Amino acid sequence: MTAAHTIDALDTLESEAIHIFREVAGEFDRPVILFSGGKDSTLLVHLAAKAFAPAPIPFPLLHVDTGHNYPEVIEFRDALAARLGLRLEVAHVQDWIDDGRLTERADGTRNPLQTIPLLDSIVEKKFDAVFGGGRRDEERARAKERVMSLRDAFGRWDPRKQRPELWNLYNGRHAAGEHVRVFPISNWTELDVWRYIQREGIELPSIYYSHQREVFKRDGMWLAEGPWGGPRGAEALELRTVRYRTVGDGSCTGAVESTATTLDEVIAEVTASRLTERGATRADDRMSEAAMEDRKREGYF
Amino acid sequence: MGRDLLRFATAGSVDDGKSTLVGRLLYDTKSVLADQIEAVQRASVDKGLTTPDLSLLVDGLRAEREQGITIDVAYRYFGTPTREFVLADTPGHVQYTRNTVTGASTAELAVLLVDARHGVVEQTRRHAAVLALLRVPRLVLAINKIDLVDYDQAVLEAIGKEFAGLARSLGFPDDAVVTIPVSALVGDNVVDRSAHTPWYEGPTLLGHLESVPVTGPEADAPFRLPVQYVIRPRTEELHDYRGYAGQIASGTVRPGDEVVVLPGGHRTTVASVETADGPLEAAHAGRSVTVLLTDDIDLSRGDVIAAAAAPPRVTDELDATLCWLAEKPLRPGARLLLKHGTRTTQVIVGELRDRLDTDTFAREVPDQLEINDIGRVHLRTADPLPVDDYADIRVTGGFLLIDPPTGNTLAAGLVGDPLVLVDLPSRAPSTPGP
Ligand SMILES: Nc1nc2c(ncn2[C@@H]2O[C@H](COP(=O)(O)OP(=O)(O)O)[C@@H](O)[C@H]2O)c(=O)[nH]1
Ligand SMILES: [Mg+2]
Repeated sequence: MTAAHTIDALDTLESEAIHIFREVAGEFDRPVILFSGGKDSTLLVHLAAKAFAPAPIPFPLLHVDTGHNYPEVIEFRDALAARLGLRLEVAHVQDWIDDGRLTERADGTRNPLQTIPLLDSIVEKKFDAVFGGGRRDEERARAKERVMSLRDAFGRWDPRKQRPELWNLYNGRHAAGEHVRVFPISNWTELDVWRYIQREGIELPSIYYSHQREVFKRDGMWLAEGPWGGPRGAEALELRTVRYRTVGDGSCTGAVESTATTLDEVIAEVTASRLTERGATRADDRMSEAAMEDRKREGYF
Repeated sequence: MGRDLLRFATAGSVDDGKSTLVGRLLYDTKSVLADQIEAVQRASVDKGLTTPDLSLLVDGLRAEREQGITIDVAYRYFGTPTREFVLADTPGHVQYTRNTVTGASTAELAVLLVDARHGVVEQTRRHAAVLALLRVPRLVLAINKIDLVDYDQAVLEAIGKEFAGLARSLGFPDDAVVTIPVSALVGDNVVDRSAHTPWYEGPTLLGHLESVPVTGPEADAPFRLPVQYVIRPRTEELHDYRGYAGQIASGTVRPGDEVVVLPGGHRTTVASVETADGPLEAAHAGRSVTVLLTDDIDLSRGDVIAAAAAPPRVTDELDATLCWLAEKPLRPGARLLLKHGTRTTQVIVGELRDRLDTDTFAREVPDQLEINDIGRVHLRTADPLPVDDYADIRVTGGFLLIDPPTGNTLAAGLVGDPLVLVDLPSRAPSTPGP
């Protein structure tokens, strides 16, 4: 006889993520959680807290800050780190630009500039396992990513040399100078994330909910005014009722028009949405058919 | 809410239509959104196609799109009002065993495709053998491209019958196997019932996926918890707290249960089963928990907490079946690492007992195991391991072999011999033997 219990999909996903956090805690010396204050990384921190309760999370946090972030998100980031008593390392892209290790791009976008500060921080702080909030449903190249994914000394991802991942046995062996990227929410969809945030009562930065904001239209996206430049030329600011579905570099993360002010409304909107979250709001993924694959190979998140 | 999650894998030869079938499932369940469809339509027009090539929805890497093939296991997600699905799309060519083994290792069901024009071929037998070996609990034979055989009932029934015989000889119970005639390209019997197959009375593929039971045999097996991490808050009020954290491999645990800690052999009682949301009265296979014990015993990562009445055996000698996944062949005497549960130990490979011919299912004595080979070996480990037969409990019966210098995963290992061949139909090998 089979025991008559249905295991809720969210419970299954939660247990899987907790298992991954604990494996890394058991096998690595210096793990770190990439934490931007966005919804996926906030979810990561929430799951990590559950994995080690009642003890604190045994890892610090790392944010690669483009300097193009929304103030609400930065405040939220700092408050969460403080509340959980976690050390937060911030790598400022501006520092790399100031000392000449990076050059500002002509289009003002800093998302692609995050890779070098990330890799430099990993080397400098000797991090050997780096948790990211990547999900396989976000993008086709990510769909091929392992839960535990080896990066060489240059931080590169080689999709043809990935280790087979069997059962729940993760092989994180690496040589000195190499590290692994770990994706505990690989198997979650955008809708799972929102449903879980609702179920757990996880607090998020306010920009995920509908608000009024001065925005201008570029490449079909609503961008906010900011240090990344704009509005330019014929672009004009107008007051719109919007919210954000992802939070990234302000130069290329667009807002969507939305009146969803509660989690129920956000979930209803996501369910009915006709565009994936990246396609709707991320200019960086639109650049080419293989935009994400190319950036991942270079060591991006 | 009671919406559960089914993990399943696809298998089949190159060009049988796996990617198209997966694309069709996503498309017809409205899991593909406007921008993805537009991208596929754009790319299809660029390739000079008249209908959108749904396989482009799943072939994610540049080389895959350029060559029109799937290189690596891709994971896909979709949902219906009754269930969420995690799908491992496993490519059928060069590294077929490696990919099928990977997809099958976490699958509760596999969809095996055949081309209706070709029926059961050598690859079908291979894949079915791997799925049987990996103990995937349920199987669907999807006979694809039925539009190309004029929806001919006699042709499709003959294929179904031949496959049923194959599945039986590989040890699948009859009620674990379902045959569904489909056209991935046109959409027949994938999500929507086909008007072309009035003689077919079974479920559509999606209808079947939505209704099969999710739980595997682990739910009813004796309790096992590989300890991942010891939680010690060391605060004033939790000074003596020692929680043993892990994901339940099999069975159920409740406060008061008699358990044994292995390989040490200490017996004790479960004091409580904790989660961040509070204690549980019972926790089942698959759940991540923290177990507190009544006695203060020496216990660390790598140990297994198990039902005292039905513990795993503790041994440093293993008879096991290997699926060899690496280019570098395995020879007797190799010194490797073995990862079992949460413990990694050294291992010396002894005798190579046999190699399975996945076409004829004959067993022959090999000099070495090569990539994609399946064979039985004898292993000696540096530390004793608490193991179950893979046929009884997949998590505590499965292990990895790892190459010490590179850290690469070389093999999927299964304790015992999970492949039970019964009443093998006599069949001449499709390629002449030596
Ligand atoms: N006529 C017909 N062609 C199909 C069907 N399913 C797939 N195909 C075609 O078969 C070829 C191989 O399909 P693909 O999905 O790439 O196969 P895979 O190698 O198993 O992933 C492609 O040209 C598909 O369009 C079907 O049901 N009917
Ligand atoms: Mg394919």
